[in-house]
Amino acid sequence: MSGRVGVVVFPGSNCEHDVVEAIEGLGGDAELVWHGARSVAQVDALVLPGGFAHGDYLRPGAIARFSPVMDAVRSFAADGGLVLGVCNGFQVLTEAGMLPGALQKNRHLRFLCTTVSVRIERSRSFISRLARPGTVLRLPINHFEGNYTCEPETLAELRAEERIVARYCDNPNGSIDDIAGITNEAGNVVGLMPHPERAYDALLGSSDGAILLRTMVEPPRGRSRAATAEAGATPGPAGSRLV
Amino acid sequence: MRFHALVEVRLRAGIADPQGATLERALPALGFESVEGVRVGKAIRFDVDAFDEAAARAEIDELCRRLLANPVIEEADVSISPEPGSMAAGGRAG
Repeated sequence: MSGRVGVVVFPGSNCEHDVVEAIEGLGGDAELVWHGARSVAQVDALVLPGGFAHGDYLRPGAIARFSPVMDAVRSFAADGGLVLGVCNGFQVLTEAGMLPGALQKNRHLRFLCTTVSVRIERSRSFISRLARPGTVLRLPINHFEGNYTCEPETLAELRAEERIVARYCDNPNGSIDDIAGITNEAGNVVGLMPHPERAYDALLGSSDGAILLRTMVEPPRGRSRAATAEAGATPGPAGSRLV
Repeated sequence: MRFHALVEVRLRAGIADPQGATLERALPALGFESVEGVRVGKAIRFDVDAFDEAAARAEIDELCRRLLANPVIEEADVSISPEPGSMAAGGRAG
């Protein structure tokens, strides 16, 4: 059974159709979810795509975090649902407090639109489930505010808990510890600055992003939402993770 | 009472401010040799109706915490001044 992926559309999102195209091109089903929706039922995974949600006014993601759909995204994630934020979606997830840290303006105030090499790290994230740690992927980046930063204690936690999903091989934007993507404690919420959906097929110049996106198209056996909901209902050790 | 609020949001000390640094580097070319410590931020102005200044400040602090500043990288200074004549009008929020 192929995974059904919801792609959240905020006013100002502009990569939603690229994500739909990629998911469908990889054999999954995708549907757009308007930011005013109060529920995200019937999907196996959610993507917050790139763009300029709510014009990026104040700060990228600062207003989007209050969109009605974000309550649903939050409870979907709390139930173990897979959530990927790409670029602006990553910014929304940090502003929403679903991922730690913040994305500042790039070092040297340079808008970056290029393709970079990104190394997949050993992490607990769902998105790198199919990729061997150390794998180097060529992925497009396209951002002005991609310079990841966080408190030193947070960075220490991210490292110790294997929550750094990917690092730039040649840091383009000043991100602390070359971070290109991180995950939450449970590994089911991921933020990535690079755009895997723009590299899902060789026709686009690289198909390196496919290995990441396929994790949402092919949910692993026993880790579907229904299975985790059941697991959550049975008494288990306190603090056990859903994913 | 009605209060005028000015919230200045700026990057926390220790967070690199490339806009401020670029401005500072450009100033000597204009003859401003003695300017240093340039930091670029945002100024946000609005009005608040509140019972008194303490209530207005509490509301604005909450607004800063939840929206106007991102505490990971920013801090905010709040200035409040009562609208002239607002007290005499009886205070709408009182």
